[in-house]
Amino acid sequence: MELTTVWFLLIAVLWTGYLLLEGFDFGVGVLLPFVGRDEAGRRMALRAIGPLWDGNEVWLLVAGGATFAAFPEWYATLFSGFYLPLFLILLALIARGVALEYRNRSEDPRGWDRALFWGSAVPAFLWGVAFANIVRGVPLDGDHEYTGSLLTLLNPYALLGGVATLALFTLHGAVFLALKTTGEVRGRALVAIRYAGPAALAAGGVFLVVTQFMTGKPATWISVTAAAAGIAGALVAAARGREGWAFLANAVAIVAVVVTLFGGLWPNVMPALDPANSLTVANASSTPYTLTVMTWVAVIFTPIVLIYQGWTYWIFRERLTRTDVAGSH
Amino acid sequence: MNVLDLSRWQFGITTVYHFLFVPLTLGLSIIVAGFQTAWYRTRNPVHLRQTKFWGRLFLINFAMGVVTGIVQEFQFGMNWSEYSRFVGDIFGAPLAMEGLIAFFLESTFIGLWIFGWDKLSPRLHLATIWLAAIGTNLSAYFILAANSWMQHPVGYRLNPATGRAELTDIWAVLTNSTTLVTFPHVLFGAFVTAGGFVIGVSAWNLMRRKDVELFRTATRVALAVTVAASIGVALSGHAQAQIMTRQQPMKMAAAEALWEDETSAGFSLFAVGDVERGRNHVNLQIPYGLSILATGTPGGRVEGVNDIQARYQALYGPGDYRPVVGLAYWSFRLMIGFGVLSALLALAGLWLTRRGRRLPGNPWFYRLAMLGIGLPFLANSLGWIFTEMGRQPWTVFGIMRTAAAVSPGVDVAEVAITLVGFTLVYGLLALIEVRLLLKAIRSGPETEEASGKTPDPDPAPALSY
Ligand code: HDD
Ligand code: HEM
Ligand code: HEM
Repeated sequence: MELTTVWFLLIAVLWTGYLLLEGFDFGVGVLLPFVGRDEAGRRMALRAIGPLWDGNEVWLLVAGGATFAAFPEWYATLFSGFYLPLFLILLALIARGVALEYRNRSEDPRGWDRALFWGSAVPAFLWGVAFANIVRGVPLDGDHEYTGSLLTLLNPYALLGGVATLALFTLHGAVFLALKTTGEVRGRALVAIRYAGPAALAAGGVFLVVTQFMTGKPATWISVTAAAAGIAGALVAAARGREGWAFLANAVAIVAVVVTLFGGLWPNVMPALDPANSLTVANASSTPYTLTVMTWVAVIFTPIVLIYQGWTYWIFRERLTRTDVAGSH
Repeated sequence: MNVLDLSRWQFGITTVYHFLFVPLTLGLSIIVAGFQTAWYRTRNPVHLRQTKFWGRLFLINFAMGVVTGIVQEFQFGMNWSEYSRFVGDIFGAPLAMEGLIAFFLESTFIGLWIFGWDKLSPRLHLATIWLAAIGTNLSAYFILAANSWMQHPVGYRLNPATGRAELTDIWAVLTNSTTLVTFPHVLFGAFVTAGGFVIGVSAWNLMRRKDVELFRTATRVALAVTVAASIGVALSGHAQAQIMTRQQPMKMAAAEALWEDETSAGFSLFAVGDVERGRNHVNLQIPYGLSILATGTPGGRVEGVNDIQARYQALYGPGDYRPVVGLAYWSFRLMIGFGVLSALLALAGLWLTRRGRRLPGNPWFYRLAMLGIGLPFLANSLGWIFTEMGRQPWTVFGIMRTAAAVSPGVDVAEVAITLVGFTLVYGLLALIEVRLLLKAIRSGPETEEASGKTPDPDPAPALSY
C-alpha cells in the first residue's frame, strides 16, 4: 500500500477515535440539563466522563497534528478556510474544558452547566457541518485557497450533517450514561435514548443516503447500512436493558458514519467545486521520507496508547452510584 | 492594521497566554510527584497533605494549560496557512509526535491520578503522577524542537519544484543544537516559576502561622529548587547566547544594542539609542562582558546591527533585516533582571529560614515572597517575546519571512473577530482562574483525618474534574 493511502486511513482512524470517544462526552454535556435534575444527578453524569474526557480530546489534537505532518496542504486549506466555524469550535471546547474542571469548585455551578451544554452542543453540531462540507466540496482556487465565505458553509446539506451528528452524539451520550450510571440518572438516560434514537436514525439516515448518492462508492452502501443497523440495534438493545450491547451497536454506527464519509472522500482529501483544484492524497501530502518517519512513530506508539487508554476504561468500568458522588456537599 | 499585524498580535497574545500556565504545569507536576513519592516512602501524613494541597493548585492551573493549548494546535492552519504549506513536511512531524507520544500520556494519566486514589494501589497511583509529569515535560521537548527549527533550520532541503521545505533528516531536527540548549533553559525556567509559586503561597500561610510545619517544609524544598534552577537557567541561558551569536547574530546584536562589529565588546546595562541612525546616545557597559558571554573569550568578536544589515542585504536581497531593537534589548535585559531578582529572593529566603532558626517575624519577608511569584512569569514571557520578536522579520530564519507566512485567504474582519474573541475569553478566564486559586489557597490543606478519608486531591467536591 502506498504511504499516502496508509496516512489517509490513519487520519480516518484518528477521527474515528475522536468522534467515538468525545462523541459521548458531547452527548453527556448536551443531556446534562435533562438527566441531571438535581445537583447529585448532574455530578453523577459528569463523573462518568470525568476521568476520560481529556484523554478523549487528545484524539482531536493528534488528528490535527497528524494532518499537519502528513497532509500539510489539507491542514492549511481546511483550517484557514473554515476559519470562523473552527473559531467557534475552539471557543466551545475551551468553555467545556474549563467548565468540566471548575464547576465543582465554584459556589454556583449553574453558569458552568450552561457552558457545558453549549460547549458540547456547538462542536457536536459543527463537526457535522464541517465534515459534510469537506465531503461535498468547497470552492478552492488554483493555490488551494478557500474562496467561499461563511455562508457557503451553511448550505442545507451541511446543516443536515450537523443535525445528524448532534443527534448521533446525543444518543451516544445517552447510551453511555445508561451504561455507566444507576438510579434516576440511568432512568432518564433511557428515556433520552427513546427520543434521540429515532432522531439520529432519521437525520443520520437521510444525511447518509444523500451522501451516498452524491459521493458514495458501491462499497460504502455497506457502511451506510451498518450505520442504520447500528442505531437501530442500539435502540433495541437499550429497550431490553442491554446497555453494553447498545453502546457497542452505537459505536458501530459512528464508525460506519466515518467510513462512509472518508470512503466518499477518497482519493480526495478536500474536493474542490472545480475538480481541477481538488486536494488529493497525492497533491496534499508530505514527502515519502516524512511519511515513512511518521509511519514508524505511529506503528510504535499507537498500540501503546490504545493499551493504556483501554486500561483506563477498564479501571473506571464500574457503574456509578449515589455514594460515589456523595461525600461531597 | 492588516491581516499580518492582526495575526501577529493574535499569535503573540494566545501563545504568551498559553505559556503563563505551561511553566507552572511543568515544574509543579514534578514537585507534586516528589511530595507523593516522599509520602509513599515514609507514609508521613504531612507529605500526603502536601501532595493534595499542591496537587489541587496544580490541577486548576493545568486545566488552563490544556484549553489554551488546543487553540495553539490549530492556529498554524488558521492564521499561518502559507507557513503550514511551506514547512508542514518538517514542522508537522514534531507536532504530531507531541500529540501521540506526550499529550496522550499526560492527559490519560492525569485522569487516572485524579480519580484513581481508591482504585489503584499506592504504588501504581504514584506511577500515574510520574507518567503525567513525564508526559508534560516530553511535550515541551517536542514543541521546542519544532520552535528551534524555526530559529535554526536543519535537516531539510528546499524543493525548487514545489517551493517547499522538505525533511531530509529527522534526527537532525530532533537533536538540533538549538533545541538542546533551549529545552534545559525552558525547563529550568519552569522550575524557577514553580519554586517561586510554592514559596509565595507558603509565605501567605506562614505569615498567618497556618499549618507551619507543612509550609515550612514546602518553603525549604521550593527555595532549594529555585536556587538550583536559577543557576541552571543562567548556565543554559549562557549556552543559548553563544549558540545564538553564531546562528542569529542579528538577534544578539539587537539584544545588546551593538551597532557596529566589535572585538572586546562590553555587556550593555542601560542604553538609549537612535534606531534610525543606528547608534546609542547613552550606553553603560560592563567591559568585555558581551564578548565573554557570547564567544567565551574577552577579546571575542561580536557582530553589530548595522554591519549585519549590510551583509544580509548582500545575502538575501534588499530589505530591512533588523528586529525592533529596543524591544529585543529590553526584553532580554528584563528577562535576566527578573530572573536575578527572583534568585536573590530565594537565596535570602534560604538564609533566613536556615536550620535551627525561628521563622522570620517581619511581614515584609512574606510579602516580598508573595510578590516574587510574579517575577518568573514576567521573565518567561519576556524570554519568548525576545526569542520570537528578535527573529523577525523571519518566521523561519533565513528562509521564510513572517510577511509571507500569513494566510492569504483570511480577511481582516475574520482575524479581528477571533483576536477580540480570544482576548476577551482569555481575560475572563484569567480572572476566574485567579479567583479559584485564591480560594483554594485560602481554604488551605485538608486536615489529617479528611485527607485520610476522602482520597481525592480535592477535598470539598469529590469529583472536580
Ligand atoms: C515548553 C513548553 C511548551 C510550549 C513552548 C508550548 N506548550 Fe503547549 N503545553 C505544554 C507545553 C508547552 C504542556 C506543559 O505540556 C501543557 C500545558 C498544560 C498541559 O496540560 O500541557 C501544554 C498543553 C498543550 C495542549 C493541550 C494538551 C492536552 O489536551 O492535554 C496543546 C494542544 C498544546 N499545548 C499545543 C502547543 C502548541 C501548538 C504550541 C506552540 C505554539 C505550544 N503548545 C507551546
Ligand atoms: C514553541 C512555542 C512558541 C512560543 C512559546 C512562541 C512565542 C511567541 C512570542 C512570545 C511571540 C511574540 C509576541 C508578538 O509578536 O506579539 C511570537 C510571535 C510569533 N510567533 Fe512564535 N512562539 C512559538 C512557536 C511558534 C511557531 C511554531 C510559529 C509558527 C508559525 C510561530 C510564529 C510566530 C509568528 C508568526 C509570530 C508573530 C511575529 C511577531 O509578532 O513578531 N511561533 N511567538
Ligand atoms: C542569566 C540569566 C539568563 C540568560 C543569560 C538567558 C539567556 C537567554 C537567551 C540567550 C535566550 C534566547 C535564545 C534564542 O533566542 O535563541 C533566552 C530565551 C528565553 N529565556 Fe532566558 N536567560 C536568562 C534567564 C531566564 C530566566 C530567569 C527565565 C525564566 C524564569 C528565562 C526564560 C526564558 C524563556 C522562556 C526564553 C524563550 C525560550 C528560549 O528560547 O529558550 N530566562 N534566554
